[in-house]
Amino acid sequence: MSILGNRVLRSEDDRFLRGRGTYVENLELEGAASVTFVRSLMAHARINGIDTSAAEAIPGVRVLTADDVPLPAFGPPPFGLPPAMGRPLVAKDVVRLVGEIVAVVVSDDRASGTDAAELVMVDYDPLPVVVDPEESLRDELLLFPEAGTNVAGRTAPAAHAEDLFDGCEVTVSGTIVSQRMAPCPLEPRSTAAAFEDGRLTLWLSTQTPHQDRDTIAGMLGLEPAQVRVIAPDVGGGFGAKVIFASGLTEEILVGWLARELGRPIRWTETRSESMLSLPHGRAMRLAYTIGGAKDGTILAYKLDVLADCGAYPTLGAILTGFTQLMSSGVYAIPRVEAEGTTVVTNTTQIGAFRGAGRPEAIQAIEAAIDRFADEVGMDPAEVRKLNYVGEFPHKTATGAQYDSGDYAGALELALRSAAYEDLRAEQKRRRDEGGTKQLGIGLSSYVEITNPLGEGELGEVEITPDGGAIVRTGSFSHGQGHETSFAMIVADRLGLPFEKVTVHKGDTDEVASGTGTYGSKSTQIGGTASGEAATTVVEQAKQLVADYLEANPQDVVLDLGLGRFHVAGTPDPSLSWEELASRAEGDGRLAELKASHEFKGAPTFPFGTHVAVVEVDTETGQVELQRMVCVDDAGTIVNPLLAEGQVHGGVGIGVSQALYEQFTFGEDGTPLTGNLTTYAFPSAAELPSWETIEMETPTPANPLGAKGIGESGTIGATPAVYNAVVDALSPFGVKHVDMPANGENVWRAIEEAKA
Amino acid sequence: MIPAAFEYQRAESVDQALELLGREDAKAIAGGHSLIPLLRLRFARPSLLVDIGRLEELRYVREDGDRIAIGALCRHADLALDPVLAAGCGLMARVAGNVGDPQVRHRGTIGGSVAHGDPASDLGTILLTLDADFVARGPDGERTIPGSEFFTGPFETALGPNELLTELRIPKLEGGKYVKHVRRAQDWATVAVAAARVDGGIHVGLAGMGGTPVRAHAVEQALADGASAADAAAHAADGTEPPSDVAGSSEYRAHLARVLTRQALEQI
Amino acid sequence: MKISLTVNGTKHEADVEPRTLLTYFLREQLGLKGTNVGCDTSSCGACTVLIDGVSVKSCTVLAVQADGSEVTTIEGLAADGQLHPVQQAFHENHALQCGFCTPGFVMASVSLLKENPSPSEEEIRLGLEGNLCRCTGYHNILRAVQAAARAGA
Repeated sequence: MSILGNRVLRSEDDRFLRGRGTYVENLELEGAASVTFVRSLMAHARINGIDTSAAEAIPGVRVLTADDVPLPAFGPPPFGLPPAMGRPLVAKDVVRLVGEIVAVVVSDDRASGTDAAELVMVDYDPLPVVVDPEESLRDELLLFPEAGTNVAGRTAPAAHAEDLFDGCEVTVSGTIVSQRMAPCPLEPRSTAAAFEDGRLTLWLSTQTPHQDRDTIAGMLGLEPAQVRVIAPDVGGGFGAKVIFASGLTEEILVGWLARELGRPIRWTETRSESMLSLPHGRAMRLAYTIGGAKDGTILAYKLDVLADCGAYPTLGAILTGFTQLMSSGVYAIPRVEAEGTTVVTNTTQIGAFRGAGRPEAIQAIEAAIDRFADEVGMDPAEVRKLNYVGEFPHKTATGAQYDSGDYAGALELALRSAAYEDLRAEQKRRRDEGGTKQLGIGLSSYVEITNPLGEGELGEVEITPDGGAIVRTGSFSHGQGHETSFAMIVADRLGLPFEKVTVHKGDTDEVASGTGTYGSKSTQIGGTASGEAATTVVEQAKQLVADYLEANPQDVVLDLGLGRFHVAGTPDPSLSWEELASRAEGDGRLAELKASHEFKGAPTFPFGTHVAVVEVDTETGQVELQRMVCVDDAGTIVNPLLAEGQVHGGVGIGVSQALYEQFTFGEDGTPLTGNLTTYAFPSAAELPSWETIEMETPTPANPLGAKGIGESGTIGATPAVYNAVVDALSPFGVKHVDMPANGENVWRAIEEAKA
Repeated sequence: MIPAAFEYQRAESVDQALELLGREDAKAIAGGHSLIPLLRLRFARPSLLVDIGRLEELRYVREDGDRIAIGALCRHADLALDPVLAAGCGLMARVAGNVGDPQVRHRGTIGGSVAHGDPASDLGTILLTLDADFVARGPDGERTIPGSEFFTGPFETALGPNELLTELRIPKLEGGKYVKHVRRAQDWATVAVAAARVDGGIHVGLAGMGGTPVRAHAVEQALADGASAADAAAHAADGTEPPSDVAGSSEYRAHLARVLTRQALEQI
Repeated sequence: MKISLTVNGTKHEADVEPRTLLTYFLREQLGLKGTNVGCDTSSCGACTVLIDGVSVKSCTVLAVQADGSEVTTIEGLAADGQLHPVQQAFHENHALQCGFCTPGFVMASVSLLKENPSPSEEEIRLGLEGNLCRCTGYHNILRAVQAAARAGA
């Protein structure tokens, strides 16, 4: 019986439960100097001069400024972003956001580094600040005069259809602001570096060890082979720790210093630093128009996106492409036109925060469809059913190739689990009673694109002398549990007990290549690659067994249940993996029990429906989320326990965008939510338990049949909660509430509707 | 970040504490849950920390006639469970049990919390509402500061730099209500309203509606003039200057004050 | 300044700067790295330990204040290597993903269950209001605490 599909407890848990996690901050590094960054308090200013004398009077302290760091600017990732908008590692003449590095303090210990950093005096000449993307778009105040514009990128449809809404009896327009969020992984970034014998070793809190190695090597004028990145345990990433593509300069500087000073270097950001230096997420303004017939059929959809990418464009500046691609969501809309413009502002850069462009698309279309349902006087569930894509594969008007799905099935399951009719009845009862606490019920049907770049991944399987297996993967779990799930896949292929398979990851010297973990791609490409490598090892093992049993390789079989090889039809003699490995080692042939596989997968499209039930205090505006019913279909699930965990956490973040979090900058670019007291990241007290329902519609895109689930919960949850709040307030005539739909924003929506 | 350096002395007695506090830029530390956050962000840089946290003589709850005397070093968690307080003024015990989060309540003290002068302080607001006496000791001896004079501005109190709050004296009270609006359970109140029947009248106090906790005098006057709870509550924001910040705008706070005041009054 | 305190049953004498936070003392001077620093505003609870049996955010305590106290960190929980019922419940209920917040949650839960051995769901959620997690959405943490309560933790 296969172990796949079972709720296997995690093998990685023990060290975390005992406080033995190997986070970079826990590393022992003899003789390491400490780095403290001096950061700009101005959002936009010219630097006239920097006085480091008081700081350097502290024993053991050295301060470096831009002139001391002869490294090029960190160009934006090669996504077609303007070269003039590259990010200096240390600001030289101008700072463009609060938190930009203006000087680097090296000290013997953290305390004196902190003392020294605040003694560095920077003379600023303030420049006008732009934090509003719409203002930035006017190009009146340029962040990069040489670029000639604040526009970092445009993704436009080939042509604008004049007749997009022809024949539509009903059209509705609206705007969703998908507000800026801070990723807030619980582990702030920590970096250590040591340069020895011509090689640089970097310990990084990252999601992408190999790609970081290559990028940092390039920045330092080194060959990738001269750099070793070790990513040990990492305390969460959520897309923000894709270091090589998120405009992060600290790691490059720490690596450079290790070589320059000939001494190990380490740095750990404080949370307040992290709130400004780790890339933010979302920050898109989505203007939609949806049109169709009075019978509820949707004919056309237009989406205009204005995205803020922060001061230095990076991975977050290309997300409108995904937003456009997924803009029509789960609906078979024949005419779709979507375009996006991305502008810079004097704020923290935007990165690929959980969902990265796809939540925004679904936030818009799911709001639009509810508005449309309202206009045509139909139940939101009915309008959805009427318009779902029904046959797969399906190519959308935007060019996305949906692989498999059952959108109506997901809706049905969600509504049944939620007891939708009963909820509507209770809502009606409360409305008739006219009390202050009213119910809102919100739906969201979503589809999203995982492994969106169609990437490949490496998997290597090696049998050890004692007949166990080591899996080496280029994927990099930072909470997702690959040490368990990939071990399950390989154990299943090899017929080995799960406990005998260990997964190695994160060391670029040990794992030949990798694309890390983001975009919900790891199981489908990394898991597949590991599984295929295991299959190859089995085939190779059969050759060896054939030699030992003097048989024909074609006649050798592996009894998966017993983990023993024998000739077909003849259970005896047989060889276990342990026996085979031992014998092979003795013959110097153990290397034949090792194989690697590179698997490149097509993007896949998980989907689902979420139902949110909120209770709104119509006097204070306070919203309480009472229930969250989630159907999330990500194809074949290797370990339902882990998959659920991903949904739980994803939904937590999605709900939080709808109700709690927003990263705000004042007009002068000063962060107003720069720590965890001001930034409303919810605790368990703010959230309910989640009702998750299983559904699996496999994909043909990979042998596992697996899609990604890491971002699904987030994508589905936000629109469901948003729609629930609007639904609760519809008796007041409210059609929209600004997110986060906290007490104040709800109260304002009610007041405006009354006026 | 790492705090700026300071010297540290543990006081063995209140008198010794007062002596040590006579030094320039000396600051008292009890539970540390108001001060240490400031130290960590380097918003406070005392030259000397005087640790009064072990002065057990300031940790008690006792009946004193028609009052209850609370030692300034009582921890919030202890107040939440104290039987004398529960019997004599359950409102206070309930509010103490809701300050911050459990970890904070295990260390933070009522004296430290109140002397910090946060305009959104739950305990400060209750004490103000109950017309508590704030007993302080300084180099010139002991004095009693009436509640109405204690909070003088944002994070400012009537305590002198080398004065220690030693005791809070509150009336015995039945009932009373504290309604708190927060973004998250662990947060400071965006706005909170305390309502209690004290000395034959109804007292109403507001947290988060100005630079200090304030009494809703207009509401109290309206009630004294016979207004209904709803009518009186409409005056909750009168004479206040609520702040605008990420937790809420001034307008929203004013609205909350009115709604929560009505709710509190309806429940006492 | 000289301090003396008992950590996980072992007495330690040390010399510390007054400004040393208890978290850093535990991590850097005693080498107990299980207690994590997740924020700088006493919001996240990743640094939670027990001081004299009750949960405290060690980042909001100076090491000098802990002189003479008994401190229990995550490393001190498993007796003779055997996981404490709360640790075991976290494992069995998949209540951790990246693990960074986990020591803080485990210590906070131990303290919570000591004070309230049979908490309701609401009491658990409120009882953990001082701890933040980004990975799990809290659902399984709640289940773990409920399971630990049933196991008589």
